[in-house]
Amino acid sequence: MIETDILIIGAGPCGLFTVFEAGLLKLRCHLIDALPQAGGQCAEIYPKKPIFDIPAFPEVLAGDLVDNLMAQAAPFKPGFTLGERAETIEKTDDDKFIVTTNRGTKHIAPVVAIAGGLGSFEPRKPPVENLANYEDHGVEYIIKDPNFYRGKKVVISGGGDSALDWTNFLADGIAAEVSLVHRRSSFRGHPDSVQKVIDLAEAGKINLITDAEVVGIGGDGKVEHVEIKKKEGITKVECDHWVPLFGLSPKLGPIGEWGLEIEKNAIVVDTFDYATNIPGIYAIGDVNTYPGKLKLILCGFHEATLMVQSAFKRIYPDKNYVLKYTTVNGVNGF
Amino acid sequence: MENTINITVIDREGTSHDLEAPTDMNMNMMELCKSAELPVEGTCGGMAMCASCHMYIESDHELHEASEDEENMLDQAFFVEGNSRLGCQIHLADDLDGLVVRLAPVGE
Repeated sequence: MIETDILIIGAGPCGLFTVFEAGLLKLRCHLIDALPQAGGQCAEIYPKKPIFDIPAFPEVLAGDLVDNLMAQAAPFKPGFTLGERAETIEKTDDDKFIVTTNRGTKHIAPVVAIAGGLGSFEPRKPPVENLANYEDHGVEYIIKDPNFYRGKKVVISGGGDSALDWTNFLADGIAAEVSLVHRRSSFRGHPDSVQKVIDLAEAGKINLITDAEVVGIGGDGKVEHVEIKKKEGITKVECDHWVPLFGLSPKLGPIGEWGLEIEKNAIVVDTFDYATNIPGIYAIGDVNTYPGKLKLILCGFHEATLMVQSAFKRIYPDKNYVLKYTTVNGVNGF
Repeated sequence: MENTINITVIDREGTSHDLEAPTDMNMNMMELCKSAELPVEGTCGGMAMCASCHMYIESDHELHEASEDEENMLDQAFFVEGNSRLGCQIHLADDLDGLVVRLAPVGE
């Protein structure tokens, strides 16, 4: 069991800055994030995009902002559970929370701060009828172990690097048959991977089906074929697996079932201290909502700062605390 | 009204919404839909980086061609047609008066 003072769900800018502000109050933090790296959307969606509205930074790349936040948090030695999604929460008899991830990692803390942004990043699922019935019965959104596809007929959908790389990899003596379906004839992946796919198609080692889209699945209890739509019409392609690789999109996910007051996919908070309707659980950043809410990183920083003051009072109700300035006292890490 | 054009958005249930769209607020179609509380996510905020504002152009307006970034992101959308665009890349301007768009279906 991982123990900490503030358990932060979401390692985006807001969650990372919470570590710093909590550290100034001598509170330890541990972060859980579904992505394999810290930084949230800034790292996953737009690391190379500039941000212009961080105070005192006329321009900063999202990826650099994350690096700076990590450096700022470092003295307070945050713990990380990355690549795992916070799944369930339970209250203990002594007023603490146990949060368990989808992989069974358990965390215990007197305060939980949800800084989950728009949610955890999940594979984007195509709106194909009966898709859910075939999940884990031939439909996979992530390739975990390529050997799983040994000797099988595989259809991959998508036009980015993961679709290209897996097509090339599985076609190299693993799968019995590989088809790559893409909506147009050009690809956005790395030029070397694109060329390799084209070479394999010309050599007859893969079926490259462009200007096409998978629009249906069929089979008795497991995938036996997919329906591929082209201009000329719909054709059936026999296969054992369909792997749609359309990137990731954020979903509020299990947090939505924690008994928190939700309004339009966001958690309702009190702007006094960003407390939710459950004492001890706070919500900051893009994941919360209140009258006048703006989804801006700078507002999230403010929310994190006020939130930790309230968290301190919850953890140490009898201790008095006076705001100290870093310029006077420096940053005294753990 | 000055600096206002009329745009029709057909939602996923087939209902038409006639919107008055300002052309002097530096807005795009994704933002217009959000401001009218239509179900468009606009997750990335309008950088052509998430495909959650996928819509079809139903009127015969001549739009500027999609950039490579926009095409790349449409690769991650579903049910992409010849008239598919990302709303965030359609800047509201006078020549779009009378534009009709239909919101594309969304996956889970």
